[in-house]
Amino acid sequence: MSEVAFKVVADTGICQGHQLCQGEAPDVFGFDDAADVVVVLDEHPDESLRKDVTTAVKYCPAFALSIEEED
Amino acid sequence: MTLDAIPEVSTVLDDQGADVPAIIKGTGHLPEMRVDPIGLFHRVREECGDIGRFRLADKDVVLVTGSDANEAFFRAPEHVLDQAAAYPFMTPIFGKGVVFDASPEERQQMLKNQALRGDMMRGHAQTIEAEIRRMVAGWGDEGEIDLLDFFAELTIYTTSACLIGKPFRDQLDGSFAEIYHRLEHGTDAIAYVDPYADIENFRVRDEAREQLVAKVQAILDARIARGEVPKEERDLLDVLIAVGMDADYITGIFISMMFAGHHTSSGTASWAMIELLRHPDVMADVVAELDALYSPDADGTAPEVSFQALRSIPVLESALKETLRLHPPLIILMRLVQEDFELLDHTIPAGTVIAASPRVSNRIEDDFPKGEEFDPGRYVDPRQEDLQNRWTWIPFGAGKHRCVGNAFAMMQMKAIFSVILRDFEFEAVQPLDSYQDDFTKMVIQLAQPAKVRYRRRTRGGE
Repeated sequence: MSEVAFKVVADTGICQGHQLCQGEAPDVFGFDDAADVVVVLDEHPDESLRKDVTTAVKYCPAFALSIEEED
Repeated sequence: MTLDAIPEVSTVLDDQGADVPAIIKGTGHLPEMRVDPIGLFHRVREECGDIGRFRLADKDVVLVTGSDANEAFFRAPEHVLDQAAAYPFMTPIFGKGVVFDASPEERQQMLKNQALRGDMMRGHAQTIEAEIRRMVAGWGDEGEIDLLDFFAELTIYTTSACLIGKPFRDQLDGSFAEIYHRLEHGTDAIAYVDPYADIENFRVRDEAREQLVAKVQAILDARIARGEVPKEERDLLDVLIAVGMDADYITGIFISMMFAGHHTSSGTASWAMIELLRHPDVMADVVAELDALYSPDADGTAPEVSFQALRSIPVLESALKETLRLHPPLIILMRLVQEDFELLDHTIPAGTVIAASPRVSNRIEDDFPKGEEFDPGRYVDPRQEDLQNRWTWIPFGAGKHRCVGNAFAMMQMKAIFSVILRDFEFEAVQPLDSYQDDFTKMVIQLAQPAKVRYRRRTRGGE
């Protein structure tokens, strides 16, 4: 486990259901077909996934994702 | 309930003045919005702060800026803040009965089923690359283009090919782009008083729409005469003919489908080129990045543009984002308040128009230091001024209505510049500060002339 954890946050109030995040980090992001919005499968992914999650956040077409740093 | 507690911006242009057309005398800030909308919107923030108002004929427009107010604006549900009713100048362009925009729920459904789906992007990228190459095929070694003419024509082909289908696109030529441009230009703010007023601008608009309908009618007639074709050769036009729609209605649907992606992409490509010409150091960085990215590896293979445009091209992306921040294609986003709406301790009554301004918010100094300067470094870690300011970095809007085509648009920009900057170098042929937008219509377009010169690059070893 890494020392500096990070938390993945999805704002389902603005998610548009593009599902690009699932392509970047399929272990972290899933999809709720009924509600048409993202589901965070793993709020505290391993540090090794940080790069993929960062890419998903950066390229989310709805700006619905973010990373919060935790001590 | 009244708006008295919300400050109203000053008036600098007398709405009874001699230069004001009779039809908009006494309409408050409408005459100013027709000549200097940017001055008006910035002054609202300077004088009134995050929430102020101006007047367009019988409507009060509450203009919000800043993160908190923008967030409330963009998060409001459709039944509270209605988008379609706030853009009267669009109705005659699309035609009566053709919707301005789908609801967020419908948009989401369309996204899942239709042309903007993520897994369709690879095909779109290939289509766009082919269209750009087709446009520059006749360029020769050097010459001059007008940025508006060039990019407006290119984006007619890309949007029609990707959203309607290649068979339809292949029946278009430059005249379609020229007519479409006149239609976009027919968006005088006088529409806030009467979208069908008897003025020259609207006559040109209506004539342009009739010409487009005639073009679609001719294509439609040819399709019917030809008879059915195999399923894989059909496009959206065949589908709409099959369900019995007439040329007028189909034209309206096509105009509305292409509208959001046309003048926006055309303007952004033009401004990206202008900003790169104004900042030769950034241009050099972008060209170096593209040269490295597309240079053949040891076994002689290089990535396809259509492959790479869907992936990260960080230096070019930063330049494009900064172009979008300074030159957002839409300078004001409007909604009609359908039920009383709470915002920053004010209650805004139903019937009011509420608006956010990408042009003003994108330059708020607290969020974007030296906000008037073109600085692609804003998007590099750890600054990330787009992600850090999600409610004020709003060239694509924000929230549920955030431009559903933004990934498509960025891919298109990356494909365009990947092709043209690797094969050609560009230089300005008029003073750099003479490239300007024409703000006198609600749809903003580059003012002409906007000419640049190209010269084919000579690359060693090829």
